[in-house]
Amino acid sequence: MSVFDGLRFRRVSSPIHRLDPRAKFFYVVVMFVIAVIFNELLPLIVLFLVQMPFVFVAGVQREWIRSLRGALFLAVMIFAFNFVFGYLSPGGIPGIEPPVDTLSEYLALLERSLTMALRFAVLVESFSVFFLTTSPDHLGLALEQSHVPYEFCFAFTTAVRFVPVLAEEAQTIMDAQKARGLELERGNFIKRVRNYIPILIPLIVSAIRRSLELAEAMESRAWGTTKKRTNLYVLKMRRADYALAFVSVLMLIFAVYVWRFISIPSLIAFLR
Amino acid sequence: MIEVKNVSFTYPNGVEALQRVSLTIRNGEFVAIMGQNGAGKTTLIKHFNGLLKPTSGEVLVDGVNTRKVSVATLARNVGFVFQNPDHQLFCETVEDEVAFALRNFGFKERTIKKRVAWAINLLDLTEYRKTSPFMLSGGERKRVALASVLAWNPKVVILDEPTIGQDHKQKERLRQFIVQLIAQRKTVIIVTHDVEFVAECNPHVVLMAQGNIVAEGDAKQMLTNPDLVTQASIVSPQITQIFLGLANLGLPTDLIDIHEAREALLNFLEVTS
Amino acid sequence: MYPGGTKRALEDVSITIEKGEFVVLTGPSGCGKTTLCRCFNGLVPHFYGGKLEGNVLVTDLTVSEHPVQELARHVGLVFQNPENQLFALFVEKDVAFGLENLGVSRDEIRKRVDWALKMTGIEDLRERTPHELSGGQQQRVAIACVLAMQPDVMVLDEPTSFLDPLGAQKIFEVIGELNKKLGITVLLIEHRLDLASRYCNHVVVMDEGRVVLDGEPREVFNSEKAHLIGVGIPKATRLSQVLEKSGVHLGRIPVTSEEASHVLKEVLRRD
Repeated sequence: MSVFDGLRFRRVSSPIHRLDPRAKFFYVVVMFVIAVIFNELLPLIVLFLVQMPFVFVAGVQREWIRSLRGALFLAVMIFAFNFVFGYLSPGGIPGIEPPVDTLSEYLALLERSLTMALRFAVLVESFSVFFLTTSPDHLGLALEQSHVPYEFCFAFTTAVRFVPVLAEEAQTIMDAQKARGLELERGNFIKRVRNYIPILIPLIVSAIRRSLELAEAMESRAWGTTKKRTNLYVLKMRRADYALAFVSVLMLIFAVYVWRFISIPSLIAFLR
Repeated sequence: MIEVKNVSFTYPNGVEALQRVSLTIRNGEFVAIMGQNGAGKTTLIKHFNGLLKPTSGEVLVDGVNTRKVSVATLARNVGFVFQNPDHQLFCETVEDEVAFALRNFGFKERTIKKRVAWAINLLDLTEYRKTSPFMLSGGERKRVALASVLAWNPKVVILDEPTIGQDHKQKERLRQFIVQLIAQRKTVIIVTHDVEFVAECNPHVVLMAQGNIVAEGDAKQMLTNPDLVTQASIVSPQITQIFLGLANLGLPTDLIDIHEAREALLNFLEVTS
Repeated sequence: MYPGGTKRALEDVSITIEKGEFVVLTGPSGCGKTTLCRCFNGLVPHFYGGKLEGNVLVTDLTVSEHPVQELARHVGLVFQNPENQLFALFVEKDVAFGLENLGVSRDEIRKRVDWALKMTGIEDLRERTPHELSGGQQQRVAIACVLAMQPDVMVLDEPTSFLDPLGAQKIFEVIGELNKKLGITVLLIEHRLDLASRYCNHVVVMDEGRVVLDGEPREVFNSEKAHLIGVGIPKATRLSQVLEKSGVHLGRIPVTSEEASHVLKEVLRRD
């Protein structure tokens, strides 16, 4: 669950939190593109480090580290996969010619696999910063103002609103059934799965009942009166947001330039 | 017998729900635990069947430390009826629902059949034996939940807010049912904030506020004491409130029951006339 | 009759509610109170389907001829479960919800939200998330949500079911104020007549889909029928009935504990 920790929002305010989600999302997309166009380790290390200031300014270090820890497992898998695959059929990797047997070739393969893993880490990093610094209601509002149909925005924020409620209810249902002798920790795999039926059914029935009550309440408050829904809040792009967008564009241009015109040395060559 | 010894409990999110609570409930007692929502009542009763284990202190059920046994083992003797029956109902028929716990506890099929029939009969659900519990009304579902707990004949029956959403007739039925359970020498513990209901049942009352036990004693003593009532954030029964306004006439101020009230008033009138 | 039903939920119901009244609707479970209260804002028949015979008129609008969205401007409905009628992440967004649906301008929404929060005494809860609030606070938010739409009528379906007595009292106080100060007609479905009797001036009792009693609180609570049906009459009234049977005559029939004290004092002093 630690990957999700990085995605959960905490009630803190920082300059990063106050940025318009649309600007932040643009920045994330730019990071995504840059991470994908480079196949070398060096630029990705730079990319990884570039985002750290955001994390510290926003004050979300702890959650961010937790999300990276969660991503670590997948990153290791990606590394291993690339290494093994690259070893068995290295065609197309610069600096390596089959079969892989010299030290420099091994190092090149190592670097390549690290790059792939780091790319994944960078992506997780930027998305996690985005979600850690954007409250769900800001996100919903951003969606709304980006002309996503209101039904979806509403479904999104309502779902987030009820997540803790459902979690509590699931716990209560488990308690209630345990109090009737249901043992969730015992038994072989099949038995354990079956033991979850007395938990799932009340949960689902309760969710359906809840939706009905919510629908009643929504109707009673004039849901669907007009397509032109107004809003109590509004997101306005301010200087900081435009600045972020501008900086992102600059970074993109710079990255593309480097990619096209500068050949990037491998890390080993660079260190020598 | 349930012994709570100096129990404190803090939830994982840091909320201190119980602070050094000590309480003893003897066999065959009828206890009502009262207090505001959030006073710690539900947290406390969840310790009685091991759903929660104390952060410090210990809970002994018939001498057995709840930390040392599983919930299922404790549940064998401590039946817990949750507030919302929909959190328990999941079977296709009322019969299966009532039999669920019995199957979990490993009763023999023959015994299960007998017990199910007995419980269903006791709660007036015979006509709904083969009905799906989801088709029943709110009050009927509550009875199914109750039947499914009584089926395995636990020595202790805990009812968490049994009067919520119930009309007058249903509450009266419930009260009579509790009387039956006491007559069968079961220990009955209810958690409620329904003062009128408690006034009519006249149990031993435990008042809680902010994770502490404020006081415990006779229903009369507890519910007619204005300081305790304020501390526990409940209200006095209507009868008590009526007599509060008559205090300066020399009438008793510790009445909760309507018949006692009538007697007191008639006596007063006889005396003065 | 609901779709798929075999029995009518409401039978031949005729009642008149005057503007500004505070009506309490009560009766045993399943008597049709819930169905009836949903007739007032159009959930019955529009949301639930089923067949509605006869006419329901609210502020001169015939319910079956107008959609729920339109009726919502005149009739607000507050439900039993506090948690399941609040959908937003912040209280003030929830209060604004109805107005947003109606397409009201942002400035007007802001004004009305502030006003509704003030009227229900929950201004300090403005930026809280509903899940953190107590049941009583949540219900006050629900009332504010409905109030913001400035309805003529407010219908409340057992709003205090899940609340403790102090929370319930607070809700009744708020509703009572809205009725007195703003002249909003209130229709309250309740079992806890002890607490509600203080505020109402009109009581309707239903049983098995029919209206059985309809009139002044004193008459209704004191009637034999109410007792037979199993309605939880206020203890004050019950005490007076019990005393009457024992030959003690009280000047007036009390419905609240204060009235009972008062009336008893007179009788006791007299002797």
